[in-house]
Amino acid sequence: MIRFILLQNRQGKTRLAKYYIPLEESEKHKVEYEVHRLVVNRDPKFTNFVEFRTHKVIYRRYAGLFFSLCVDITDNELAYLEGIHLFVEILDHFFSNVCELDLVFNFHKVYLILDEFILAGEFQETSKKAIIERMGELEKQE
Amino acid sequence: MALSGMRGLSVFISEIRNCQNKEQERLRVDKELGNIRTRFKNEKGLTPYDKKKYVWKMLYIFMLGYDVDFGHMEAVSLISAPKYPEKQVGYLVTSCLLNENHDFLRLAINTVRNDIIGRNETFQCLALTMVGNIGGREFAESLAPDVQKLLVSSSCRPLVRKKAALCLLRLFRKNPDVVNVDGWSDRMTQLLDEKNLGVLTSSMSLFVALVSNNHEAYWSCLPKCVKVLERLARNQDIPQEYTYYGIPSPWLQVKTMRALQYFPTVEDPNTRRALFEVLQRILMGTDVVKNVNKNNASHAVLFEALALVMHLDAEKEMMSQCVALLGKFIAVREPNIRYLGLENMTRMLMVTDVQDIIKRHQAQIITSLKDPDISIRRRALDLLYGMCDVSNAKDIVEELLQYLGTADFTMREELALKAAILAEKFAPDLSWYVDVILQLIDKAGDFVSDDIWFRVVQFVTNNEDLQPYAALKAREYLDKPAIHETMVKVSAYLLGEYSHLLARRPGCSPKDIFVIIHEKLPTVSTPTISILLSTYAKILMHSQPPDPELQNQIWAIFSKYETCIDTEIQQRAVEYFALSRKGEALMDILAEMPKFPERESSLIKKAEDTEADTAELSAIKSRTQLQASNALVVTSEREPPQLGMVKIPSVDHNSVSVDQELTQANGISHEVDHPQPDILGDLLSPLAIEAPPPPVSEDDALALAPVEEQDNIVKPIGDTAERFHALCLKDSGVLYEDPYVQIGIKADWRGHQGRLVIFLGNKTTSSLTSVQAVVLPPSHLKLELSSVPEVIPPRAQVQCPVEVVNLGPSRDVAVLDFSYMFGTSLVESKLRLPAVINKFFQPIPVSTEEFFPQWRSLAGPPLKLQEVVRGVRAMSLGEMSHLFSSLRLIVCPGLDPNPSNLVATTTFYSESTRAMLCLVRIETDPADRTQLRMTVASQDPTLTFELKEYIKEHLVSIPTAPSMPQQPQPIASSDPGALLAGLL
Repeated sequence: MIRFILLQNRQGKTRLAKYYIPLEESEKHKVEYEVHRLVVNRDPKFTNFVEFRTHKVIYRRYAGLFFSLCVDITDNELAYLEGIHLFVEILDHFFSNVCELDLVFNFHKVYLILDEFILAGEFQETSKKAIIERMGELEKQE
Repeated sequence: MALSGMRGLSVFISEIRNCQNKEQERLRVDKELGNIRTRFKNEKGLTPYDKKKYVWKMLYIFMLGYDVDFGHMEAVSLISAPKYPEKQVGYLVTSCLLNENHDFLRLAINTVRNDIIGRNETFQCLALTMVGNIGGREFAESLAPDVQKLLVSSSCRPLVRKKAALCLLRLFRKNPDVVNVDGWSDRMTQLLDEKNLGVLTSSMSLFVALVSNNHEAYWSCLPKCVKVLERLARNQDIPQEYTYYGIPSPWLQVKTMRALQYFPTVEDPNTRRALFEVLQRILMGTDVVKNVNKNNASHAVLFEALALVMHLDAEKEMMSQCVALLGKFIAVREPNIRYLGLENMTRMLMVTDVQDIIKRHQAQIITSLKDPDISIRRRALDLLYGMCDVSNAKDIVEELLQYLGTADFTMREELALKAAILAEKFAPDLSWYVDVILQLIDKAGDFVSDDIWFRVVQFVTNNEDLQPYAALKAREYLDKPAIHETMVKVSAYLLGEYSHLLARRPGCSPKDIFVIIHEKLPTVSTPTISILLSTYAKILMHSQPPDPELQNQIWAIFSKYETCIDTEIQQRAVEYFALSRKGEALMDILAEMPKFPERESSLIKKAEDTEADTAELSAIKSRTQLQASNALVVTSEREPPQLGMVKIPSVDHNSVSVDQELTQANGISHEVDHPQPDILGDLLSPLAIEAPPPPVSEDDALALAPVEEQDNIVKPIGDTAERFHALCLKDSGVLYEDPYVQIGIKADWRGHQGRLVIFLGNKTTSSLTSVQAVVLPPSHLKLELSSVPEVIPPRAQVQCPVEVVNLGPSRDVAVLDFSYMFGTSLVESKLRLPAVINKFFQPIPVSTEEFFPQWRSLAGPPLKLQEVVRGVRAMSLGEMSHLFSSLRLIVCPGLDPNPSNLVATTTFYSESTRAMLCLVRIETDPADRTQLRMTVASQDPTLTFELKEYIKEHLVSIPTAPSMPQQPQPIASSDPGALLAGLL
């Protein structure tokens, strides 16, 4: 299962953090700091997987942003790696050509999208169309 | 660029972004937090919009890394807002800022429940999402039934149902009891028929959790999973939106195959065939393509398929296909695929016997050990560790030692530990082992834990041949200019014990040894000084006749430390000083350490302890654990280790009597001398190279003694009869064990059939040859044993399944005739197999309405038999009930009004009788526990009689009854023919 999802830029600023395991505030900030240090200096030619404490971080870099998923050691790495890409495609579609600033100013929307995509640390919906349509429904209610 | 839609929020974000430095940012954040705090305090003027805005700001500030220690209440209170926009913020921010342990969440539980059971679909979704993300135990207990209703409701949109599925998964993980297994298996079967792939994806995740917890309850779902997989693999009826780069939902494919790995096997031939067709298609049809996403997605599916194939123990051909694929993967340049190739090869080692094929790739794997990416290096290290055996240990360990010099600090400790374990497990000779450990300490002393050097000391102590060599090596290392403190410890210890064996060599006189060790004293820490003092005492003892100059030097040191602030050092100094004036008596008290008893290596325990924590117990892990319970680990039913450098009379019957009174008079206990006796005690292991069973006479060479020198009569370890009795009451465990072999059993019974897997484990570092196992069935059992390999490789375990069919009721027992050659001796055992009558029982409860008519209709002999049993083992009624449940009889409380009586039922299955109800009544006499009256009834006279006798056997004496009819001693010594006749 996914333990947490982080979206961080190269400087380590968190743009989104979602935890599916109970952590205290200070622990969350510590995790964010450690994961950033872990992935930021890795060579692009390296694997997208890196061990983190007793788990594994699956990460992918898009321009200056790192998307990191922390999953169980036994989980299927590539499935989560492509899960990250699917999430990016959904964001890209929603914000039509997403950039970091979209995510900064609309961080609350990003949380909403994520809640339609992942729940309880598992994939809930893998159809881009279904998620985008759902977001349309929710926007109408605002 | 889109703006947030909330001006105040956007302005705040912009201001933060415009801050020039961290300090400005902090000031701006503090100002805002102050503002929010004031506004929240004065809630009257606060509109819902304001509240919403401030709560978002709080989340933003929290994301920036600042602690937000107030306002949680406001976030939670928004959950009960009547309108969607505020409610949404409340739910969302609460699930980001709070976790399941927060007390505030309790305040919301009622609102959340109302939203879940209410009519507003959007609110339902919000509530399910929050509970799914941060719900805890309390939520689980109060909300699970409502969430279950939504999941199976026909009126809810898929949108709600998929959230309900994952919400339920969360609640199940928090408290598995909230899902009632009996009710859910049927519903789960239906859920897997779901057409909407969103709901199916969510339900499949739920299913994985359920099945990992209890696969027995979900057998009916297995064919459904295979159907889902077929549908996806053939791309039948998959909407375009669920294909990802042309691949039908790779995520659902992966999850489905993961679920299938929790079933021990796929029995139905049609389902099995269909599944293998799909798997074959995936294995063969996955090509490397240019598009990265497509490639990753198809390989995600491929790797899951590989895992499933390994799990299912597919045919040889398919297995070798898998190994070939993995061999290809570990050589590719693409790092992700190479990583996964290495990882899966390691997993493959755990489940199947492919060691030889994998060994061919050794050079390739070693290349990956030098990869610039640490992730790959770790995988390569794991694989090398897993594939190591006697044949390649030298190469692999030397590679690891070489790599240790350049490895990252983060990996060194693990590397050192693994090298030490491999060296110990697979040492072709012990001097090599000593070399490896000393090199380890030399190259990476900081990363060598105490366990490692304690272990080498034990080996040397237990192997006389090794002692001069080890002492010499230790002496050589001391010549090096700067050595690690651990090296000082181990050298000092070894030289204290064994330097006298080197005395004739140049530079090895007691005096020389003392001088070179004493040089190190100023550089070492306190605990090491204690060891050095012991060493000096030993040197003194070995220099006979005493060398006055040396004696004075050492005495001077002792008296110097008599006032040391460290009490341990002080005590040693005082005691050694006093002791060393005793002359001859010193010889006895400070004589060599006795051999250590063998026990499990704490190194291996340590390596095993660092295991992952996962949401679901991984399929492979649960499998290996199962095997481990039958595996080669010997329990420690041995005498506690006697420790200390000073000999204790009881340990060594050859030793000259020790003047214990004298010792005590001087206030010396036998453990004064030892650095850390408790830790050392834990180090002892049977896994390290074969050791004969206890009790061991002192003359036996403990480890690595050539086989010819050992006693030829192989005696079983533990009580084999007791092991058999234990296995009559449970389904897995050890059936037999001797110093070389361990035989484990794991059985699975269904109706009148069963499958019994015999695990034959070779505990030694050489092959067992001429292995033969024949099953001799009694007339009422049909037994089919698959072929047993003639050779069991070193430290390997082979599994031999036996298919069992029960033809009728009988207490006769099947026998396994097992033999092997070890060295030149033939070892033979006849072992009873626990395919006994109660294995064909199913404890199905019977109601009062069913019981009494049956009981009455079975009027008397031969269908109903009564007997007064005497000589009953003393047990309470509770214990008796417990015994009955172990025998798979279900005790029915309340059927008999007399509290001293006990009524039990069960259903017996055999090919001739089919399912047949058995009724048992026990009337005890509270005044005399040694006797009782037993009545047994069933539709079949033989069954009634056999059952009565069987229960009697268990009541009269368990587990080792001399009165048991035909008690065979499964030892090869007596005439096997006679034994057999007695048995059958």
